[in-house]
Amino acid sequence: MSTTVPRSSGTPGGSVPQDRHRRARHVPGEVGAWVFILGDLAAFALLFGVWMYYRGMEPRLFADSQAEVHRSFGAINTLLLLTSSLCVVTAVRAVRAQMHRLAQAAIGLALVCAVGFLLDKVLEWTDLVANGHGPTTNNYFLYFFVLTGLHAFHVLIGMGILIALVRLSGKPSLSEGQFSFVEGGACFWHMVDLIWVVLFALLYLMH
Amino acid sequence: MTGQLVALLRNRISLIWFVLIAATLISWWIGTGDAANPQLGTAAVFVVVFIKVRLIGLYFMELRDAPLPLRLLFEGYCLIVCTTLLVMYLTAGVG
Repeated sequence: MSTTVPRSSGTPGGSVPQDRHRRARHVPGEVGAWVFILGDLAAFALLFGVWMYYRGMEPRLFADSQAEVHRSFGAINTLLLLTSSLCVVTAVRAVRAQMHRLAQAAIGLALVCAVGFLLDKVLEWTDLVANGHGPTTNNYFLYFFVLTGLHAFHVLIGMGILIALVRLSGKPSLSEGQFSFVEGGACFWHMVDLIWVVLFALLYLMH
Repeated sequence: MTGQLVALLRNRISLIWFVLIAATLISWWIGTGDAANPQLGTAAVFVVVFIKVRLIGLYFMELRDAPLPLRLLFEGYCLIVCTTLLVMYLTAGVG
């Protein structure tokens, strides 16, 4: 039997939660999801450190190689992921307010942004390889392809979760467990966004 | 549905999104410009990036409403990773 979705601060009947009413403290999503998210964040932190270490060993090579990468690809991807995150936050708030169709539409829009991200990424990889910059070219491109590839894999996992959220958010009522999955899935997507924000700076912007 | 969407977006979260987009564009500009001091420019980019990371965590992931240990874990992550990357960058020098 389903129980009512825990509403943060809204009133029954689909009202919109207002941020000025602070919610009671709770873990957004299941605890297990956070073990996974924090573990992933720690793993990427280690990879950021590895990148910085090798950059420090070969600063000229990294600077010259970075000049071959088009920053516009990375910037557009950042804007796409940030927008997808806004869509996902809106979807979670819509689920809380029992605006199911709106929640589904918002997650659908986030998925469109995710597809745009992957298309941009494929175009970028194709352009680099066509210009003779593959993973075996040097350490910059090796780690560039490893980090962006690993992140793209996370985008794919996130898209799978978002598809599951589209189905869940369409239900007229969610159990507490299902709602936790919605919150945890949303947090995973934001983590994908968060990691990209750091990668954009490391791979494209550093001097 | 449009009215509902406007009601949902009339919120602090949308403001945070605008700040994040603006910060991205500023970082992009700092990162692509011929700054007189590229090392300072990159250090500024790092600081802006981890302010963005913190905003994503606190507002999008809703960690500002999370139990204190989880929030502190996240805040500690931002501080430690940002500081470590900055120290590694500044001690390695400019490429």
